[in-house]
Parts: sequence; C-alpha cells; structure tokens
Amino acid sequence: MPMKRLTIALAGNPNSGKTTVFNNLTGTRQKVGNWPGVTVEKKEGHVSFNGLDLTIVDLPGTYSLTPFSIEEVVARNYLLDERPDVVLDIIDASNLERSLYLATQIRELDCKVLFVLNMADVAEHRGMKIDAHTMSELLDVPVVFTVGNRGEGMDELLQGAVELAESAAGPPRRRRVKYSQDIEEAIARLRSFIQLKAAGALPHDMRWTAIKLLEDDKIVKERLVAAAPQAGMEILQAAQTLRRHLTDRFDEEPQIVMTAERYGFIAGIVREVQTSSTQQRVDVSRNIDLVLTHRLFGFPIFIFFIWAMFQLTFTLGEYPVQAIEAGVEWLSGAAGRILPDGLFRDLVVDGIIAGVGSVIVFLPNILILFFCIALFEDTGYMARSAFLMDKIMHLIGLHGKSFIPMLMGFGCNVPAIMAARTLESEKDRILTILITPFMSCSAKLPVYVVLAGAFFGPRAGSVIFGLYLLGIVLSIITGRIFRSTLLKGVDAPFVMELPPYRMPMAKSLLIHMWDRSKIFLTKMGKIILIGSIVVWSLSNFPQIPGTAEPQARLKAAPIADALASDAGGQADLEAAQRRAEKSAQTEFSFIGRIGRLISPVFEPLGIEWRGGVALLSGFVAKEIVVSTLGVLYATGESEEEGALEKALKDSGMTPLSALSMMVFVLLYLPCFATTAAIRRETGSIGWMLFAVSYSTAVAWLMAFLVYQGGRLIGFS
Amino acid sequence: MLLSELKQGQSATIVRVGGSSLLRRRILEMGILRGASVYVEKYAPLRDPMELIVKGYHVSLRVEEAAHIAVDEVQSAV
Repeated sequence: MPMKRLTIALAGNPNSGKTTVFNNLTGTRQKVGNWPGVTVEKKEGHVSFNGLDLTIVDLPGTYSLTPFSIEEVVARNYLLDERPDVVLDIIDASNLERSLYLATQIRELDCKVLFVLNMADVAEHRGMKIDAHTMSELLDVPVVFTVGNRGEGMDELLQGAVELAESAAGPPRRRRVKYSQDIEEAIARLRSFIQLKAAGALPHDMRWTAIKLLEDDKIVKERLVAAAPQAGMEILQAAQTLRRHLTDRFDEEPQIVMTAERYGFIAGIVREVQTSSTQQRVDVSRNIDLVLTHRLFGFPIFIFFIWAMFQLTFTLGEYPVQAIEAGVEWLSGAAGRILPDGLFRDLVVDGIIAGVGSVIVFLPNILILFFCIALFEDTGYMARSAFLMDKIMHLIGLHGKSFIPMLMGFGCNVPAIMAARTLESEKDRILTILITPFMSCSAKLPVYVVLAGAFFGPRAGSVIFGLYLLGIVLSIITGRIFRSTLLKGVDAPFVMELPPYRMPMAKSLLIHMWDRSKIFLTKMGKIILIGSIVVWSLSNFPQIPGTAEPQARLKAAPIADALASDAGGQADLEAAQRRAEKSAQTEFSFIGRIGRLISPVFEPLGIEWRGGVALLSGFVAKEIVVSTLGVLYATGESEEEGALEKALKDSGMTPLSALSMMVFVLLYLPCFATTAAIRRETGSIGWMLFAVSYSTAVAWLMAFLVYQGGRLIGFS
Repeated sequence: MLLSELKQGQSATIVRVGGSSLLRRRILEMGILRGASVYVEKYAPLRDPMELIVKGYHVSLRVEEAAHIAVDEVQSAV
C-alpha cells in the first residue's frame, strides 16, 4: 500500500529560524530548485513520519503577503494555488508582535495553519513569557513551541501538523482579524456582491477576496477579471466605489488603514499572551554591534572581513587546487594511455578533460567563498554590511543590499546575479544584475596572472589590483548613468531588519555552502562540457589535409613520456614538434579562421588574432582564455613553467597590449553561464542582449583608450 | 518634529507616517506606525541610514525616509 502523502508548507519572516527548522526536519534530503516561472529559490524535502510521507516546502521568508516583492508573490500564490495540507507559520517568539503580522495575513487566507513559536529560549532570556494556550484560544489556531537551533520540538511540530491535516475540521473561521466598523461593513457589502455576481468564479475565500480588493491588490484584481470577465469588472467597480468611500471616511487609503488595524488587533493579542518582566536584559548583540558598526571602527573592520574572506578563498583554496590539478593531469594521462589513438582520444583528453578540468580547479575557491558568505549571512553580519554600505550604494542609485551580490561577483557572477533576488524593487534588481559582471570574477584571475605575470613582473600584483578597481569604478559610472536614464524611478525604501547576531550552526553553514556550490557544479557539468566540446571541435576542424599520417606518428609517443622527459633529447623534440603541429592545426581550423576574420576589430586594441580567438573562446568560461592561448602558442598547458609567458613575449605582445587585453577580459561579454543567469533573472532576452552588447562595447572602448592612449604618451 | 531629527539614544512616539503609498505601507508593515514608540539606536558611520528599535527589534531606515515620519519626542526617564 502506498504511503499517504501530505504537503506541509513552512512560512515565516526572514531570520525567524525558518531555515533552521526546515534543515532540522529534512536533514540533507533536500531538493533545491526554482519556483516555476520565477527565479526565487524553492526548497523541498521529504520526511517519513508515523507511516506518512510528508513533503515539506520551504516558502520564501517574508514579512507580509502584500504582493510587492517576488518572494511575497511566490509565497502567497503557493498558498492560494497549491493548497498545502497544512501551513506552519514559524514565529520568532522573541519578536512576537511583528511576526504576528504575517501570521494574521496567513490566517486570513483560507488554509489550515499551525503557529510555531520558535526561539522561545531567546524570548525567555529576554524576560518574555508567552501563554501559548491563550494564544491558541484567541486565534483559534494550534500553537507549538520549538527551539530550532537545538532541534527541540520537531516531533511535536510534525505531530501537530499531521493531526491538523487529518482532522475533519476545516480552516478556522472564528476569531479572524476584526477591522473597524466602517471597514467591516465595506467588506461585508463587497463580499455579498461577489457572492451574488461571481460565487465560485475565484476559488479563494470570499471574505479574503473582498479584503484584497479593498486593498487594491493587483494580482487579485487580475485573477478576478480573468476568471469572470463580465462580473469581475462590475465587482471591481463596486470595490472602487467602496474604496473611495473609505478613503473619504479615513482621509487615508484603505490598505494603509487596514495595515494599521491589523497591528491594532495584534497589539491586543500580544497584551493578552505575552508577559515581559522589567528585568534589564544583557544584550550581547547590541554590544557586538556597537563595535562592528562603530563610527570609526565599523569600516576598517568591514574591510578587514572582506580582505580576510578573499585571503581565505584564494590562499587557503590554493592547496586543494594544486591537488585537483594533479588529479586532472593524472586523469588526462591515464585516458591518453587507455584510449586508442585518434580524434576520439583528442576529444576526451584535449577537449573534455582539459576543458572541464580547467573549471573544476576552482571548486575549492568557490566552496570557501560560499562558506564565508554563508557565515556572514548566518551570523547576521550581512545585514550590517548593507547598513554600512547603503549610503555609498545609494549614491550610485542602488540599495545597500546590492552590495552583497556585487561582492559575490568577485567570486562568480552566476550566484552573484542570483543573489540580486534579495532586492525588492525590480529596477534595483535589474541595475544590480547589469553592473555585477564588471566585478572581476575569480575565473578572470588566471588570465591576469598569466598576462600580468609575464609582462609586469614584480608589479603584477598592483596591476591586477588596478584592474579590480577599474571594474568597480566603471560599475559606479554605469550605475549612475542607467539610474538617470534607463531605470529612472523612485528608490525602494530601505526598511531592513537588523537581526540579532547569532552563533552560526555548522550544519546550516554546510548546507548553505553546498547548495550554492552545486549551482556552480551543475553549471560546469552542462554548459562547460558542451562549451569545451564546441571549442575543441571548432579548433580541430577542418583538419589540415594530409597531416593525419605524421600526426598519428607523433601521437604514438605517449603523453606521459613527453611530460617526463623535460631533460631534453628525442622526446622533447617530438613534443615540440607535436605542439607545432597542433598550433598549425588551430590556425587552419574554424576558430582560427574566425579569429582572422575578426582580427581587424582587435587590431586597434593591440591584440593579435590569437588573442582574439582566445577571447572568443572565453565566452564559454573566462579561464579558457588561458588554455586557448596555450594551444595557439603551442606551449601546451602545464608542461613547462613559464612557457606560455615566453611564447607571448616572443609573439610581439608588449606590456601595453597585454594591459589592453586584460582590460578587455575584465569587461567584455559575460561568460555563457552568466549570460544564461542574466536571461533567467531579468526574465527577458532583451535585457540579456543589452547586457552582453553594453559590456562588450565598454570593453572595446576601454581597451582602445588604454592601448591608443598608452601609445600616445609613449608606452609600448 | 521628524524622526530624522532625533539623535542617537533619543526615544519618541510616532505621530504620523507620510510619504508615497508604497513606502508608507512598507514602513507600516514593519510595525513602524502611529502610536509605536521608537528608540534611535544609532546612525551608520556615514550618518545614513539610521538604526531604530521598534517593537523590540532592530530595523534600519534611510534618513530621507525617516524624514516622512513625524514623531513626538519622549524624554527618557533616566
């Protein structure tokens, strides 16, 4: 007999411990995906409980169900359309009054709901006691206590949820929010009008529909007209008349009055159920904050944290990177020995292993970076960084929260662009997405390291730092220009909660880190694999006629041999010859031809055709620029330290043209995966094409200025 | 007086929340509404935004947004 299934949705404020409860309930059996049609993350998990198969759905954390932000729309539509068997509203017990605002809104929806008073220990510590029994009575809703970070109360929670789901009683009808008389009258009149005109047209509770129409709720209005075009218009007109009447009566829009009245209702509940002792609490969090957002020390500490994060990411990450590099090399050697000679082996060794390998080496860096970001988020420092930075970000026309995605852009643009979801206003979100690619991502670093290392020697570090800075400056300029032209409009209000500092939990940090790194891995798995094969094919076809014979002969010498015999002699000579063959092949191939075709475009930038080809291949992933250069200059990838540098110098590249190329790499079209992310997050191909062409135009212009300007003032 | 005119460490009771409808509703939904008492915890190092304590939790607000909120200062009992 198949197990009975129940769907349980978790709702709650951000920072209410909702995610902790979700992690406790589902452990690692989570599925992370997206909500259909939008790009808000959707988390789902499964639990077996008393012979039942429970699907737990984590709704986005919101303060309200007013459909302003995507998160709120997603959460509300899920509750309305998917009709979960039970909704668990996670309430931060130490923050009862504000948490109850969302709770009353959920309560107004026609669904079975269980209130979960989480972090009751924190509340108690602050001298607050909550009478759950009275609360349950007053709101006609079952209430349970949990302490998420200690995993307490999880069984009671599931037990309560299952009992509620299985109980015959419908959703609670008693003791809803009661509004003032005028509003209640308007609701009642609109409700009976709806019943008269379009009963059953909308599957939602009619009182709720009436409330939302009085609040001028766009989505409910649209749904109503879609469900019942004729009657819907009449109902809307009736709602409009009532709204005008109420606006006159209160000298204020009804939605504002109703918001205030909900809080009035909540204040009444809180008075009944919460007792606060007057004992002065010792607030550790406030003391920490006095230091971390201190007028003088706040910024230095902030800069130190960011610096530490990058140090960890790139220095500590270096060790596993070396191990992975060795592993990839071993794998490609092994594959080279096992597979028979020919195109297929070339595809596997040079195309797939080399291509995917060049990306997988970044996994340690990405893991550490996301670990640090998860640490910032889980401790509550992320909100402080937005608090510190808002003034500066606001000057660019952005929100303090934009700083977070932009910061993550230094790691990888794909999750960075996805992080822009935290912004409420669509304009802020699009603007952040457009300028984030100017943050030099970690995949561009290998390109700088090779070029700056070869041409700027001891000053390489300063040059690379300068590049990062250039990216930031250009993002600021771009932000200002777009804000006053393309994306004009009022800024979203900066009403942001500063949650208390919390001790992060290892489990949640690891889950956080893993979820995001998985995105990186899947990006690599699909896109990079395809990209590597495409680039390999483009650079190996068409084959130079008549070379199959000598090529086969050369390739008969095992790669391992060539690797092992740096000491010189016959093998060394053969390897060199092989590389020369390969270089000639690349020149003859499609990619070589394309490179030559577009070389006039790169000429004014001081970049020769090989550089142009490498830049083209960088569309797949920026780090491929280096490996393509390696192939084109016939140096192989890691056979000889500094071989590529030497070849670059011999090819006539100068420090100035190297700088021009680095500037171009910094700014030009985002990689394939980032482009795909832009398309998904903005929801429009138009914005994607705009982002791609804008960044490439800026890159060309800046590289042109660097190269031609540099020549004018006498550099070479 | 306006909320934005308060100094660090001052308390007040909110009299009226103004501004555009969207801004007002957002602020109200976070519990910053008439009759609520606010405490100015601090200003950010660059003097903007400001951090308030309302209904027992901490929330930040830009100074220009706080300028839409009229308050009555409450003399602290200390």
